[in-house]
Amino acid sequence: MRSNWFQRHSILPGFWPSLGSSMLYLSLVVLIPLSAIFLKSASMTWPRFRSAVTAPDVVASYKLTFGASLGAAVVNAVFGFLVAWVLARYRFPGKKLVDALVDLPFALPTAVAGIALTSLYSENGWIGRRLAVWGIRVAFTPLGVLVALIFIGLPFVVRSVQPVLEDVDRELEDAAASLGANRWQVFSRVIFPLVRPALLTGFAMAFARALGEYGSVVFISGNMPMRTQITPLLIVAKLEQYDYAGAAALAVVMLLASFVLLLFINILGAHGRKYMEAR
Amino acid sequence: MNGGRSYATDPAPLRWALTAAALGFLGLFVAMPLAEVFGQALEKGWQAYWAAIDEPDALSAIRLTLLASGIAVISNLTFGVAAAWAIAKFQFRGKNVLVTLIDLPFAVSPVIAGLIYVLVFGSQGWFGGWLDAHDIRIIFAVPGIVLATVFVTFPFVARELIPLMQSQGNDEEEAGLSLGAGGWQVLFRITLPNIKWSLLYGVILCTARAMGEFGAVSVVSGHIRGLTNTMPLQVEVLYNEYNFTAAFAVASLLALLALVTLAAKSFLEWKVRRVHSELEANPEA
Repeated sequence: MRSNWFQRHSILPGFWPSLGSSMLYLSLVVLIPLSAIFLKSASMTWPRFRSAVTAPDVVASYKLTFGASLGAAVVNAVFGFLVAWVLARYRFPGKKLVDALVDLPFALPTAVAGIALTSLYSENGWIGRRLAVWGIRVAFTPLGVLVALIFIGLPFVVRSVQPVLEDVDRELEDAAASLGANRWQVFSRVIFPLVRPALLTGFAMAFARALGEYGSVVFISGNMPMRTQITPLLIVAKLEQYDYAGAAALAVVMLLASFVLLLFINILGAHGRKYMEAR
Repeated sequence: MNGGRSYATDPAPLRWALTAAALGFLGLFVAMPLAEVFGQALEKGWQAYWAAIDEPDALSAIRLTLLASGIAVISNLTFGVAAAWAIAKFQFRGKNVLVTLIDLPFAVSPVIAGLIYVLVFGSQGWFGGWLDAHDIRIIFAVPGIVLATVFVTFPFVARELIPLMQSQGNDEEEAGLSLGAGGWQVLFRITLPNIKWSLLYGVILCTARAMGEFGAVSVVSGHIRGLTNTMPLQVEVLYNEYNFTAAFAVASLLALLALVTLAAKSFLEWKVRRVHSELEANPEA
């Protein structure tokens, strides 16, 4: 095979079979079915599409979904950073176990997380009981949605920040300290700027994951219209009423939001890599 | 990471306070939900626990989950190796676009993953009329569940293999070919042994996600007890019937699976790191 505009020459066999079969599989499983969403919503007239994606219950669901996802990503940015800091820099008994447990939200099925959190935070649950004394209700309120999304997004910030913190050059810190910087200055002027791109990436990934989350939220939210319904739940509700076009319209909005975030994450990633190489 | 001096840079009270805060956060959001699953499952004793699992609907849910995740893992494994071979071993235009498209299912909400197959194969969908006429059921039946599971676990194997095979280069494969090995021999004798730990890592993540998937499967399943309920769906049905002990009993099986996954993951990460550091230390090997 000669080099051409498409492919550079290689003596290894199997280029066309492997590329062809992967493209076929990708198209059949992912691309063609995904295009159905855009085609289905394109079959709606513009006013119908607009009223489908701006109905009051839908707008209320955007507010809850985006608000709770953002809130959960902020909580995870703060505590995820703290967990990464402790795991990267301190020694304590059982550290390996704690490190492995950070990934539990990736491994535990969302429905299992959903019923466990609901059971803990409902009014006679172990935590809910104690919060009820203070008049705080979590299960079946927007706060419950926030709790579920914190659980789901927990590993992202830890796992993106931890390796960077482990790589921070200790000599840099010693140099700063020997030049008279105090501990806080070393942290805010030396360490934090190095970690910031990874922190932002983890934050954006946790946010993106929370936007689409369904399984852990449906149990704890109680699904009250206008109050605790997230957008993915509305998609399911529309499907159950056979409103396929309406479901596809909402899906288009969600997909566009995810793609914008994904683009943001990729730009951050590229920026972070350049930053690390320049260093 | 080693050497005691640098750990002393934070004063001890600060270290203790930060460690306590981090462990408290993890305890509240990770350890307690996990403990709650097992606590609730065993609340009425072992007998009630076994009765909840040794029950026809639960057993059929376990069988369906194993079937769907088995098919999903095998097909995504085959695809992952083929895609990684094309992407890592050859230079061609549009490669980055292909890599991005492979990751696409991770950016899609599970609910939307289910929705797309309803739009294609559902009774109002593209092929709905034809499928009805030929009495083939995909949505609200097992094929739909398998498809949704394949979609959500699509990238796992490929994304583990691509970076590793790229960093390993083509030298060993080319040497094998020049010594007279055929293409398949090169794949099975040289490439696969070189990537086995990353492959296994991808398969484990893929299996865990496939067995636990809820949103996508829930949209296409129709929740027919004993027929189209996977384990996570069975958990939902039992929970909504206020049969909490049974719901948590089935959930505890999934939680055990998650713990096994975490243990295997930690072990394989250690193995994979070793392969990578060997590559870095000795890039010609």
